[in-house]
Amino acid sequence: MLKQIEGSRAIAEAVALCRPEVICAYPITPQTHIVEDLSEIVKAGDLGRCAFINVESEFAAMSVAIGASATGARAYTATSSQGLLYMTEALYSAAGLGLPIVMTLGTRAIGAPINIWNDHSDAMALRDAGWVQLFAESNQEAADLHVIAFRLAEELSVPVMVCVDGFVLTHAFERVDIPAQADVDAFLPPFEPREVLDPAAPITIGALVGPEAFAEVKVLAHHKLLRSLDCIPALAAAFAARFGRAAGGLVRPYRTEGAETIVVALGSVNGTIQEVVDAMRADGHAIGSLDVCTFRPFPFAAVRRALMRASRVVVLEKNLSVGMGGVLATDVREALGVDAPAVYTVVAGLGGRAITRASVRAAVEKAQAGTLEALHFLDLDRRVVARELAHEVAR
Amino acid sequence: MSAEQQVKFYQTGTFTVGNRLLDPSKRTVQASIDRRNALTSGHRACQGCGEALGARYVLDAAMRATGGRLVAVNATGCLEVFSTPYPESAWQVAWLHSLFGNAAAVASGVAAALRVKGSDVRVIAQGGDGGTMDIGFGCLSGMFERNDDVLYVCYDNEAYMNTGVQRSSATPAAARTSTTPALGDEPGNSFGTGKNLPALAMAHGIPYVATASVADLHDLEGKVERAMAIHGARYLHVHVPCPLGWGSDPARTIQIARLAVESGLFPLFEASCGEVVRATPIRRRAKVDEYLRLQTRFAHLFDGTPRSAEALARIQALADRNVSRFGLAPRETEHHSP
Repeated sequence: MLKQIEGSRAIAEAVALCRPEVICAYPITPQTHIVEDLSEIVKAGDLGRCAFINVESEFAAMSVAIGASATGARAYTATSSQGLLYMTEALYSAAGLGLPIVMTLGTRAIGAPINIWNDHSDAMALRDAGWVQLFAESNQEAADLHVIAFRLAEELSVPVMVCVDGFVLTHAFERVDIPAQADVDAFLPPFEPREVLDPAAPITIGALVGPEAFAEVKVLAHHKLLRSLDCIPALAAAFAARFGRAAGGLVRPYRTEGAETIVVALGSVNGTIQEVVDAMRADGHAIGSLDVCTFRPFPFAAVRRALMRASRVVVLEKNLSVGMGGVLATDVREALGVDAPAVYTVVAGLGGRAITRASVRAAVEKAQAGTLEALHFLDLDRRVVARELAHEVAR
Repeated sequence: MSAEQQVKFYQTGTFTVGNRLLDPSKRTVQASIDRRNALTSGHRACQGCGEALGARYVLDAAMRATGGRLVAVNATGCLEVFSTPYPESAWQVAWLHSLFGNAAAVASGVAAALRVKGSDVRVIAQGGDGGTMDIGFGCLSGMFERNDDVLYVCYDNEAYMNTGVQRSSATPAAARTSTTPALGDEPGNSFGTGKNLPALAMAHGIPYVATASVADLHDLEGKVERAMAIHGARYLHVHVPCPLGWGSDPARTIQIARLAVESGLFPLFEASCGEVVRATPIRRRAKVDEYLRLQTRFAHLFDGTPRSAEALARIQALADRNVSRFGLAPRETEHHSP
């Protein structure tokens, strides 16, 4: 059903269609509207016996989800930024226990300095926690990815994080086609847990594992997460077959045929990039772009296939690994190996700074001319930085 | 094999003899051939571990009270570590461990899932004093305030024993731990204001709060049974000596636990919806010195210096305050001199 709604509302409605049984909520901007909308849906009785639990912290939110999931309930929560970091320990626990929890991450910068606006610092900080991380490009995809996420999580018994750009998507009103309940029910079977706390068949979950077995446990978890690289394309195809539109998948190339330059990015900024590609194609440039939808596990083979024939790759990313550079660009370089196209890192949009078509195009043109630094900061006020660095030296 | 032959050696003490004098319906769960041994033998707790003893009685009493329809959530700590070294497990109850500080919240999630599924299965969460009073306190308070259907049991051995006897907010004043050495002007743990978790639990107005001790296992079982007869958030604080951390003789665990109660340092009571409804009077009042003297963590208090005498007097005053606050004075005053 077509609706003109806020991204958060679209996500809440999609989550509700997945019939969650336990939802935990703790407020943090910009994900708050999602759980507010879900509280309304639950209170109105539209989700049957679903429990909506207002907890006292994000750490508790993920912990309640862990308990619920281990008891065989479909569990969901949402968070952003500091909230994601505050639940870090529980995120690793959920993954280590193989619990198919689905969480929306309304992506946002991390302080200090405190900043509520969008970038991908939060998602990047938890990239090694053992969660699948999917990035939505639009509100339609944000809604659809949740339906896919529950099925993926439960098929593999792994937790899935759907990363949705804070404000840019969560607070944007767009036309979204909300699926029919019958279609979602057909796509997403009821949750059949692998292991469950049950007095009739008592098992010990979460034992202490020593050096003699810990590495094997971790390697098995690695292999399980890698299996989603097979599942995700299959689920994207199954989703398209049932719902008649594309959602998810590993990577999505845009006009990369014959492209000498390919811009790589995560999430909603791909819309801006595609407009730049269109404009530059119209001007005769051989350019395309690649939307990385699945960030963890990282689809090395798919990224390599999509990029290997380009002469240069510009990775535009909304994070800065302080003291290192761009996280996504590092993964892209790893995917390409030696004899690879030149890879430029363009750090953009930190703390919600707008990423304009003009700035993206200017950076791409510099890359084409071979004058772009290996690590470039888009629209940086260089005078401020230079002045402060000079003060440092003077001191 | 007869039922008598299945009774294990640790039950042949005076407790069992006394137990056999009781009406069969009032006998301890541990005397029954049907007991679940929820925490079974063969685990790796130290000799004389009060926590292992307490946990076995708590879980078996809860199993009896629920007809075995029970799941347990455990915080990280000694109890978790000594019971589940993979691939072994001492638990004969469905059991889940996630983290140090989240047992109460995980249990809330378990309880919510069971409610959604319309299940009659009940939930116990358990942890040590560090996992309960320090790092897990936020989650515990949230579970209380929402009145989630969980019995949370704290086994209080008054320090972080699993990591090597570091101070917790449950560590008593003057006690030596590995982070409060018996050195300087104020040897051992400082005289702070303390942190009375049963009182904090009561302040949430939850339906049931109780304290118990491994010195009185019948009382402990009775409190677990009463707790399991109630729905909503419940809290049981069990005093469990730790021979390793307290520097006490493993054979004296029960004696030391009893002296903590008899001195007034660990009052036994029950509270309903924020009000104390029952306190166990002390039959034979002991001086705190009798209790402290048996533990090397307090050895520095017996060096005969005025400073130590003053510290002992302050600890005695804490015990006396408990006795008057809870009305624990022996009915026939019978002070034993140290």
